[in-house]
Amino acid sequence: MSDLRSHKLVIRTPEGYAFSLQLAGPVSRFLAWSIDLLITVFIMLAIIFALAATGLLFSDIALGLMQLVLFVVWFGYGIIFEWFWHGRTLGKRVLKLRVMDEQALRLSFSQVVTRNLLRIVDCLPGFYLIGGLACFFSRRCQRLGDLAAGTIVVSQARPPELNAELALGGKYNSFREHPHLEARLRQRVSPELAGLAMEAVIRRDELAPQARVELFAAVAGALRRAAAFPPEAVEGMSDEQYVRNCLDSLLRKPGEQNK
Amino acid sequence: MIIDLKRFLEEEQPFWSELDEMLGRIAMSKAGLADLDAVKRFHYLYERATADLARLTTFSSDRQTRLHLETLVARAYAEIHSTHDRPGRLRPLHWLISDLPRTFRRHWAAFALSLAATLAGVIFGSFALAIDPDAKDVVLPFGHLLGDPAERVKKEEQTGGGVGNQEVSFSAFLMTNNIKVSIIVLAMGLTFGIGTIVMLFYNGVILGAVVFDYIRAGQGKFLAGWLLPHGSFEIPAILIAGQAGLVLARALIGWSDRNTLKQRLRLIMPDLITLIGGVAVLLVWAGIVESFLSQYHEPKVEYWQKISLGIVQLSLLAVLLGLGGRRAEKIERAGP
Repeated sequence: MSDLRSHKLVIRTPEGYAFSLQLAGPVSRFLAWSIDLLITVFIMLAIIFALAATGLLFSDIALGLMQLVLFVVWFGYGIIFEWFWHGRTLGKRVLKLRVMDEQALRLSFSQVVTRNLLRIVDCLPGFYLIGGLACFFSRRCQRLGDLAAGTIVVSQARPPELNAELALGGKYNSFREHPHLEARLRQRVSPELAGLAMEAVIRRDELAPQARVELFAAVAGALRRAAAFPPEAVEGMSDEQYVRNCLDSLLRKPGEQNK
Repeated sequence: MIIDLKRFLEEEQPFWSELDEMLGRIAMSKAGLADLDAVKRFHYLYERATADLARLTTFSSDRQTRLHLETLVARAYAEIHSTHDRPGRLRPLHWLISDLPRTFRRHWAAFALSLAATLAGVIFGSFALAIDPDAKDVVLPFGHLLGDPAERVKKEEQTGGGVGNQEVSFSAFLMTNNIKVSIIVLAMGLTFGIGTIVMLFYNGVILGAVVFDYIRAGQGKFLAGWLLPHGSFEIPAILIAGQAGLVLARALIGWSDRNTLKQRLRLIMPDLITLIGGVAVLLVWAGIVESFLSQYHEPKVEYWQKISLGIVQLSLLAVLLGLGGRRAEKIERAGP
């Protein structure tokens, strides 16, 4: 089942559990493909230059071999890398993308070959137009090759890690004096709210002053409703600092001490 | 309920690390887990990790840990629930003489349709040239076929033909170009088979026009000597590529099949790869023969020799596709 808003594919296991996979968007997929294209062209040029350097470039055997090798590189690059690197080419590795079976099962060789062979249709009539459109309109951002092979491309980029140092900015966290309230905060705050608070702190400098104040007020309000700290712990504290303290309480690694 | 996240992480982290390490070992080894105890342990770790994920998702806001655990569970899930075998030892000869023919026969109706589309094109091409000889310019895309066949034969027989010391590169060009065309014929199955049928029909039109043109000019022997050595493999290869495209199209349309689209595609995918692999093998041989033999004519190579080779090749191919893998098929039918 795919969650359209967040581009997530939620897999429900027969055991009754669920886990989600982050689907890669058309832009990141295009960038990964561009890197792969550059690498393929580079390999082809290297072969041509190597033959030219040995003076064999225009001999019949060299021309024949070159055609065969270029053909194998063009069609084999994606197949070889995706098979041996478990769904990743060099471009996908850079962009932290991975081809997976759409039921989150192990990728089979026939799936890898099918999605790479059908690329020839996705590239029509030029510049990946059919594949790009299919990817754009598909629920799971699948090009035609993916649809036929039953594969998806997932993004494995981890969100920027926000450690306590970044959240607090080196300041003292008065909430740590109330471990039972911190525990309640961890229980009640949803992952989505924690993620939102994290994004707000990371992107604070990108926001206009008024927008920043409003955003932190809204996030702090939601956090206060989850767990209210006593007045002595929040006295004179801005909304932004409240959010930062909460994040520290939520994300602090085991064993970290207060400053 | 996770009241103390720190304690929860301290307790569970070693099990996650063990699962991670086991997954790494499985990915590296071709055979998977070695013994039953290891399999049991793996299953236990997977269930423990999924239970931890459920608890984290419900009761904790630690996003990093949740993402890490989701990735771990997804990898373990793929290993446990995947039903297809890990790739075993490559057996190219067995694949060629048993797997390919069985796959071909399994989809004989698609091959028959592929052949019918090509034959319809052949009839159309012949008929077009019969009623309008000037249509040659429109029907035939190759310049060297536009002239008078008798003149071409006379010219080629003076020199004995050949491609002027460019056999290897010409052969490579033929192989790569024909394989590329075959892949397109297969991929056009995605257009519900319309693209595949159109390409097969067009291919038939060209073939029909050429055959009619040469026979009308009384050059049937030359034509057979020229086309049969490589065409005995090349034409069936294109037909098999068309067969693969039509198998794909049928899976998309899903006539009289209760499986879902995804199930249908999943079922035919290994067959598509086998068929297109067979096409590639046939076209590699056809490319070599076309470059090194087909282009040479009398007096360098006798026509009867070339025609005989073509007939022998075609017969061998028919025997392979018709009878190959019969024993394996019988065993399969008999069941375990």
